[in-house]
Amino acid sequence: MRQIRNERETRFDAGGASVTEASRAALRIEGLTVRFGGLVALDAVSMHVDPGEVVGIIGPNGAGKTTLFNVACGFVRPTSGTLEIKGTAQRRLRPHQLARLGVARTLQGLGLFPHITCLDNVMVGAHRHARAGFTTALLGLPPSDRDETALRERSLAVLQELGVTEVAGRLPGSLPYPLQKRVALARALVADPDILLLDEPASGLSAAEMDDLGELIRGLRGRMAVMLVEHHMDLVMSVCDRIVVLDFGKVIATGTPAQVRSDERVLAAYLGDEVDATDESISEVSGG
Amino acid sequence: MATLALPRRGPLRSTLVRHVVLAIVGALLLLVLTTSVSAYRDFQMANIGYYVVAVAGLTVLTGLNGQISLGHGALMMVGAYTCALLLERDNPLPLAVVLVLCVVVTAAVGALVGAAAARLRGPYLAGATLAFAVGLPGLTSHYADTLGGDNGLNVLSGPPPASLGLDFPPERWQAWITLSAALITLVLLANLASSRVGRTFRAVRDDEVSAELAGIHVARTQVLAFVISAACAGLAGGLLAFVSGQASPGAFSVALSLSILAGAVLGGLGSLTGAVYGAIALVMLPAWSSNASDRFSLGTNVQHNLPLLVYGALLIVVMLAAPQGLQGGVRRLLGLLHGRAPATPARNDPVTEVTVSEPDR
Repeated sequence: MRQIRNERETRFDAGGASVTEASRAALRIEGLTVRFGGLVALDAVSMHVDPGEVVGIIGPNGAGKTTLFNVACGFVRPTSGTLEIKGTAQRRLRPHQLARLGVARTLQGLGLFPHITCLDNVMVGAHRHARAGFTTALLGLPPSDRDETALRERSLAVLQELGVTEVAGRLPGSLPYPLQKRVALARALVADPDILLLDEPASGLSAAEMDDLGELIRGLRGRMAVMLVEHHMDLVMSVCDRIVVLDFGKVIATGTPAQVRSDERVLAAYLGDEVDATDESISEVSGG
Repeated sequence: MATLALPRRGPLRSTLVRHVVLAIVGALLLLVLTTSVSAYRDFQMANIGYYVVAVAGLTVLTGLNGQISLGHGALMMVGAYTCALLLERDNPLPLAVVLVLCVVVTAAVGALVGAAAARLRGPYLAGATLAFAVGLPGLTSHYADTLGGDNGLNVLSGPPPASLGLDFPPERWQAWITLSAALITLVLLANLASSRVGRTFRAVRDDEVSAELAGIHVARTQVLAFVISAACAGLAGGLLAFVSGQASPGAFSVALSLSILAGAVLGGLGSLTGAVYGAIALVMLPAWSSNASDRFSLGTNVQHNLPLLVYGALLIVVMLAAPQGLQGGVRRLLGLLHGRAPATPARNDPVTEVTVSEPDR
């Protein structure tokens, strides 16, 4: 943790204007601690994601990755510490406010709406761009229709970008899992977020699909800030600009993929210091 | 799938025009129908009219938004008593204004119930709304001076306007009123269902966490759905009072709440077309079964209980044969005829566009 702070301070010194630099981060977490009863899930974690940057969060199971995500989107209220989104401190963040703040998140369990079509699923994600209000909708006035047309076009464009236009009229449950994942990703992307949180985007995908996903995420670089939690090291190493490694709720390393790969503490955390290496953590490192 | 992206051509592109055109066609058909049948049939159609309003309101709440309500009979009672109290005055307001006030008052009550409902799920919500349905009629004996106790209030609905002629059957006038109200309600609800608001309702029904992440305020959406549904129940209650000429606690028993829900399930939850089928079934089934018991000269005991039996049997048969209700069955048949996969919902008919689904997961 000290290392990060030092890193940032040096960065500020180099930039010469620490205030503007600080407010430029898309998402900044400072001294974040989360306790569940006696369990410390996150312990004074600090990290940030710059606009247009892809940051990966990795760590062994139970390291606190998902908790960090849940704090970032308001599902979990931190015990202490601050969360800043686009330079504004979020003290009482609620999940439904995220979209307005320009944050989109995918869920590990996808969470597609099962009884509406994939196109409708994506259109729900695009609601941020709708303007017509309730009365207009009730009376079926032209602004409501124009909204619908615009949302539909925008959603179809994203489905096309992800190469799944043909699923637009299908129900999510009738699709194979990888296609469902794309629809879920489309629902997040259609909001045109400034910050995209991806929770295990590669789980359940084949190697080829994972390559496609990697390409897609690399394509997002520069367009939006991306923060992803992922177990597949190949993917993380190939798409991330920067990687934050968590272990037992603490940041143990941060840096470029190459730096992290050769960091001794990271290797120790994954492989175990002495004899407590488990099959599970080895398979994680090897990308299985 | 390309058709999805293509906007409809001409004036039918407009949701409002499309729904209003359908409503006008329906109104013309009903005009012909009401003027060519007996007074008794007109009375039945008047009853169907307010049931359509109530069932359509509930199908939006339960079918589209996933909130179950066993308390809609009580909300109808609020509307009915509002109507009775307003028409009782010396210089009563015009009927249309009274009905609008029924909607407003019941929507306000619905906002209170809905705010509580938004915190409850599944069986707890069912229980709370059931308690509301059981408890509310008791108010009439507590405030017997204003609300008339067990006997209720007489509703002075007055004769049909003189311009229609002196021997114009009042039943036909009542049918015109309730059926017009039903058509207006259906147009408004169909507009909502096919708009962003309808999609928001469905998203909240299907997955609350994902809906929140998409920027939807879940509780606010649930209260909104409850208010809309209550507004419909209030209108239905006001119309019921107008048609039956009285508002009494006995008319708003738990059985009414249950039969409205049964009507919505029977027609197909979430489908406005289904709500029409459900309302017709609610009015016609008791009539048919009592006809049948007359014909076979069954005893009074049997005669009184036959409608319930027929009702229960029909509900079971429909649930077995078409789990998504009558409208779901119709849609599946049409889909088979067109060789469409049943997983693809029909997107052509603006009214049937309303997605059918399980009431609550």
